[in-house]
Amino acid sequence: MTIDAADLKRMFDAIAVAIEADKDRLCQLDGVIGDADHGIAMALGFGAVRDALASLDLATTEPTTLLNMAAKSFLNAVGASSGPLYATAFMRGAAAVKGKATLAAGDVIAIVQAMAQGIKDRGKAEIGEKTMIDAWLPAAEAAAAANLAGKNLAQSLEAALAAAERGAEATKDMIAAKGRSSRLGERSLGHMDPGAASAVTVIGAMTVSLG
Amino acid sequence: MQTKKIINDGNRAVDEMLEGILAAHPRHLKSADGSPRSIIARDGPRPGKVGLVIGGGSGHEPTFLGFVGKGLADAAAIGNVFASPPPDPILECAKAVSGGAGVLFMYGNYAGDVMNFDMAAEMAAMDDIEVRTVLTTDDVASAPHDQRHKRRGVAGNFFIFKAAGAACDRMLSLNEVERIARKANDHTFTMGVALSPCSLPQTRRPNFEIGADEMEIGMGIHGEPGIARAKLKTADEITDEMLDKIFAEMAPSRGDKVAVLVNSLGSTPLMELYIMNRRIRQRLDAIGVSIHATWVGNYCTSLEMAGASVTLMHLDGELQTMLDHPCDCAMFRAG
Repeated sequence: MTIDAADLKRMFDAIAVAIEADKDRLCQLDGVIGDADHGIAMALGFGAVRDALASLDLATTEPTTLLNMAAKSFLNAVGASSGPLYATAFMRGAAAVKGKATLAAGDVIAIVQAMAQGIKDRGKAEIGEKTMIDAWLPAAEAAAAANLAGKNLAQSLEAALAAAERGAEATKDMIAAKGRSSRLGERSLGHMDPGAASAVTVIGAMTVSLG
Repeated sequence: MQTKKIINDGNRAVDEMLEGILAAHPRHLKSADGSPRSIIARDGPRPGKVGLVIGGGSGHEPTFLGFVGKGLADAAAIGNVFASPPPDPILECAKAVSGGAGVLFMYGNYAGDVMNFDMAAEMAAMDDIEVRTVLTTDDVASAPHDQRHKRRGVAGNFFIFKAAGAACDRMLSLNEVERIARKANDHTFTMGVALSPCSLPQTRRPNFEIGADEMEIGMGIHGEPGIARAKLKTADEITDEMLDKIFAEMAPSRGDKVAVLVNSLGSTPLMELYIMNRRIRQRLDAIGVSIHATWVGNYCTSLEMAGASVTLMHLDGELQTMLDHPCDCAMFRAG
């Protein structure tokens, strides 16, 4: 199976719906160790992406163009931390499939890997610092490993989702070292990082939509 | 239960506030063409002058845009509530205030602000605008002394921006402005205390829980947890606790001078701020430190949070000159 711009648009629509439904939980998670706006920012960002993509002529749009448009609309609607992080993710994803009219499973996996690397480069976070990277990096690695082992796209994305869920769960046992909660020290223990939690929601919607 | 607010639509709160501010302060402020979240001083930016761009999330009014005007900041980039502005409005601010002598970005040290302002600085460089950045890190409670670079910027922004804005207005070079801005930050120390939470216009839910008889020392201006929860104490005890932390770092000597800022986080009234200020005066008198100037009121708020912060700026001759330099902004005047 191949993925085209229309499939990617449906994926972003699915993410917008999933994040909107998850908004209150994300704000509550953020309220415990941050400033309580993470769900708002994510919903605003993916809502803006959905609105921007609605104006595209999908028949003549390449995946790279669509992903760059998603990046710009997310960034300008949000700012905050999630704006630059997800905008960089989508721009790197766009660059990873430049020139392709449709995407094979390996290309989608390449997008996921580029997104994770983009978030890591922009936020300068490492594994174990209690950020969205603790969900995104293992997810990208699991997707790549599954793809390499001959799994199909759905199975590879399911592997990514499972890894993201484990990663997000593991943030409960981490002391924040990056981002707003990093000034809390040990008081951040026991709470899931909201950025990792929303990463699971995003990857989950991608999995359902593309798998 | 939702908190009570006088708003129309939580998602429109920032833009409707900006409309109201521009309507109230037409002599001082305008928005950049095509960029309503870029608020520019009508008087201030001029050829040969370093442009000062400040900014950050909304919800801290009069920080940031209230400090835009002649003698202080040339522009402020406005984000959503408690969220950094994206790069575009920051870039538009930089373009609007660039007088060919460079632009200084100043804002509180938060991960989101750093990413967005850095992206804007990279974009400005492509337009041949030289941008330098000085982060404010005055919140003593937010990291140990040896990790000052990790600290948050809070109400002390006011002193630090004031000093940098004066340096710009006196037509000093970008190097000099940057030096003075860094010195101002190094000399500024803030401690806060929160008594009750704020709520975002979009959620109208208290953004943290605190007992009816509790206070939190060191809480950030977005409701980030502080360093300790305790039973609510008297004004003198609270002020002493805050000053002890500040004095330990500032290490004032007899004969030194300071500027004092007693700031409400939103709903704490002037009465309580002045009670705190009375104690600050007593404590400074006791160690032989004189007060050059005092400001009391709402300077850096956190929506309707109850609580206050105390900021001391440890003055030398240069910083005193910068604080005394006249400025005329929408929500602040001096000299």
